[in-house]
Order: sequence, then C-alpha cells, then structure tokens
Amino acid sequence: MYQWDFSILWDYRWIFLQGLGVTVSFTLAIIAGGLVVGLAAAIGLLSRFAVLRGVSLGFIEIFRCTPVLVQLIWCYYALPMLAGVEMTPVTASLLALSCYGGAFYAEIIRGGIVSIDAGQSEAASALGMTPALAMRRIILPQALRRMVPPLMNQSILQFKNTSLVSVLAVPDLVYQGQMAAHDSFRPLETYTAVAAAYFAILFPLTLFVRWRERRSEET
Amino acid sequence: MTTSQTAMIDITGLRKSFGPLEVLKDINLQVKAGGVVALLGPSGSGKSTLLRCMNLLVVPDAGRIRVGDTTFQFGASTERPGTKPLAAFRSRTGMVFQNFNLFPHMTVLENVIEAPIHVRRLDRKTAIDLGMSQLEKVGLADRASQRPQTLSGGQKQRVAIARALAMEPSVMLFDEATSALDPELVGEVLQTMQQLAADGMTMVIVTHEIAFARDVADRVVFMRDGYVVEEGPAGEVINTPRMEATKTFLSHFHKGAI
Repeated sequence: MYQWDFSILWDYRWIFLQGLGVTVSFTLAIIAGGLVVGLAAAIGLLSRFAVLRGVSLGFIEIFRCTPVLVQLIWCYYALPMLAGVEMTPVTASLLALSCYGGAFYAEIIRGGIVSIDAGQSEAASALGMTPALAMRRIILPQALRRMVPPLMNQSILQFKNTSLVSVLAVPDLVYQGQMAAHDSFRPLETYTAVAAAYFAILFPLTLFVRWRERRSEET
Repeated sequence: MTTSQTAMIDITGLRKSFGPLEVLKDINLQVKAGGVVALLGPSGSGKSTLLRCMNLLVVPDAGRIRVGDTTFQFGASTERPGTKPLAAFRSRTGMVFQNFNLFPHMTVLENVIEAPIHVRRLDRKTAIDLGMSQLEKVGLADRASQRPQTLSGGQKQRVAIARALAMEPSVMLFDEATSALDPELVGEVLQTMQQLAADGMTMVIVTHEIAFARDVADRVVFMRDGYVVEEGPAGEVINTPRMEATKTFLSHFHKGAI
C-alpha cells in the first residue's frame, strides 16, 4: 500500500504559490486578449464587406479546428521562422491562447449582437447615430448582458488551457508541480495537489455561472 | 398646391426595389413646412418604405430627396452616401416606430438625452433640461427615472415621441405609431401627435386611423402597389375620393362611420 504523505509538499509551498500566481495572471491576460481578438473577429463577421467576413471566418475556423497544444508549439517554433521575430515562451503562449480563446469568444459575441432586436439599431440610426456609435452605446451594452454566462464558461476553459503553457517552460502551476515532483520524488502527492488547486478555483466559479444562467433565464 | 420653394420635404422620381420586387415606382411628393401629411393605403402599398426613405433608413435606388436644405440624389451613376452624411441627415428628422424601440438598458430620461449628448454633443446639463421639457410636453416628466419596461404602451410611445423631439428635428415621421397599442391607449398618443401638429411641426404620418388622418392631417396621400394613386386635402380625399382604389379602401371606414 502506498503511504500518502502530503506534508512533504509544505517545503514547496512558495513554488506552488508562484506557479498559481503565473497561472492566474496568465488567465486574466488571455481572457482580456481573447476578448479583444474575439470582439474584432465578431465585428468582422458582421461586416458588410465580404473580404472582412471571409478573413474573420477563416481566422476563427483555423483556431477552432486545430488543437490548442499544436497552436502553442507552432507559435513558438514556426511563427518566429516565418515572421523573422524572436519570441519568448510567454509571448508565444499569450498570442496562441488569446487567438484560441478569441475564436470561441467571437461566436459568442456575434450571437449576442444578432440577438438584439433590429428595431434597436433602427431607432439609433433614426436618431442620427453612426453604426459605430449605435454599436457602442445601444447594441453592445444590451448584448453584453446576454453574453455574460457563455463568456464566463469559455473563460473557465481558458483557465484550464493555461496548463498547456508548461510545455514551453512557462513557470505556471503545472510546470512548478513538475519541478516539485522531480525534486521530491513524490509525483502522486504533487500532481494531486495541483489538480486540487485547479478544482478549488474552478468549482465555485462553475457554480456561480450556473446560478447566473438560471437567473438570466428567469428574467 | 405647394411649390417646391416652400416645401420642407421634396421628393422627385423616387424608386426602390427589394430584390425583384419594386416597392416604390416613380414617387413625387411635397410636404410644405408646418404641413401634416397622412400616407394611407393597404398593406404592401409602399407607404412605410416611402416614409423610411424620407430619413434614408431605406436608401432609394433612384430619385431625389430634399429635406430642409439638404438634398440627396440617387441613381446608378451616383455613389451611395457615406455613413457620416447619412447620420447627420437622419439627426434632423425624427421618427416614431410602431414598436416604440425604446432602449431597455436606459431610464426614460436617458433614452431621451442619449442622442442629444452623443449626436448633437450638448453638455449633460443642457441635455437634461431639454429632455425634461420634452417629457413635460408629453406628460411623462414624473416617469423620468423609470425604465421603459415599467410603462404602458401608450406611455412608451409618448417617450419615443419625446426622444425624437429632443433632437429638435425639422420633420417628424410616424410609422404606424398606434398600431401596436391596445385600443384604450391609442387616444393619448393621437392627442400628443395632434398637439405637435398644432404647434406647427411638419409631420408625415403612416396610419390606419382614418378619422385621425381626416381631423389632423391637412393633406392625404393614398398609395397602392408602389404608386401614389390620389393626393389632396384630407377632407376631400377621405370624404369624396375620386379614384376607384381609394373608394374601395375607404369603404370599410365609411360603412363604420354610417
């Protein structure tokens, strides 16, 4: 019988905390980056110019139909050769995960925007608003409310996806866990602790999103 | 007949098709300043499309539209106007919709001051004064801080009228403003419109309220199948129509009246 001994992990608490800090800040960064990318792609999808619609759709499908791990590796090893720029693992990870998240955010944002009654943009136009002003003041504020639960669901996935950056040696929670496991020869305890940390953060968030979804259905 | 010099709205040779369907066929129409014109006709006659052409919510295929001192020319050889000139043009015409189209994420007052602040670029204080005085005019100043969802249909439509008036437009367009209302709420909206007409506002009204058109409009334009069939002083067209199509359309109304 294996003798569990979690006390050994106490020596590594600062490494774990550092890793968790990197994971959380990475998540926040790729949620922000993903929302910017997603909003741009969604507006492209709704554009009256066929070229913009095509580019947006192409972008979205490329990132939805390839594995995110492959995108990470491609951004780090292949993109610098193509573009002729050096990229740190952090930059490559931020870029890949923001684009990946953005591709999914774009569909959510587009859906939210088209769900707003056409009369709203008609009324805004009739008052002399340009399409851009109407989008910013009238359509988006209403659409955002409807988008919140699905956007939060997608952001939870983004939190889990950050674990992949460990393959590029970004010192996130998983990477630090690997370090601790090698050092302590206690992989069972370390990886269990890592999994528990993800669960402890995500489970309450999932409950919160479910509660929000129920509430928005009621109103 | 009004002359084109004194007309507030002057429309010449207007055409519009949606795909293979020609909705407006060579429309010529003038509305004098301070005039109230009712557009009547069966559904599908093109009256709503014509109204929406007057503020270019629908961009015509051909013809010329002048409102005040702004003229737009349309045709295969002329470029479609850009979003900025279109928006500037629309800011000078007010439109009231069948379904109110109030902004649900704003209070009544915010609905009214939104465009004055962001389109006319008035400062907030001036806009609030203006907005409150418009709400006063439609009798809803006491609802300023409520959400539109808490109002009755008639109140919503009066807020929509105040919202359009806050842009201080030179023309007000009404697209079946009472069609979505419960019968007992129609009166308060018609009364507001009547007051507006008495104040000298230039108005074009698409409506099914024949009696209202007769009492408030000074001219009636009867449309069918994309043409103006008959046009004249309101009382004349409604009480003694000359054209067969107008007679048929009004026969229900006259039966009801007798």
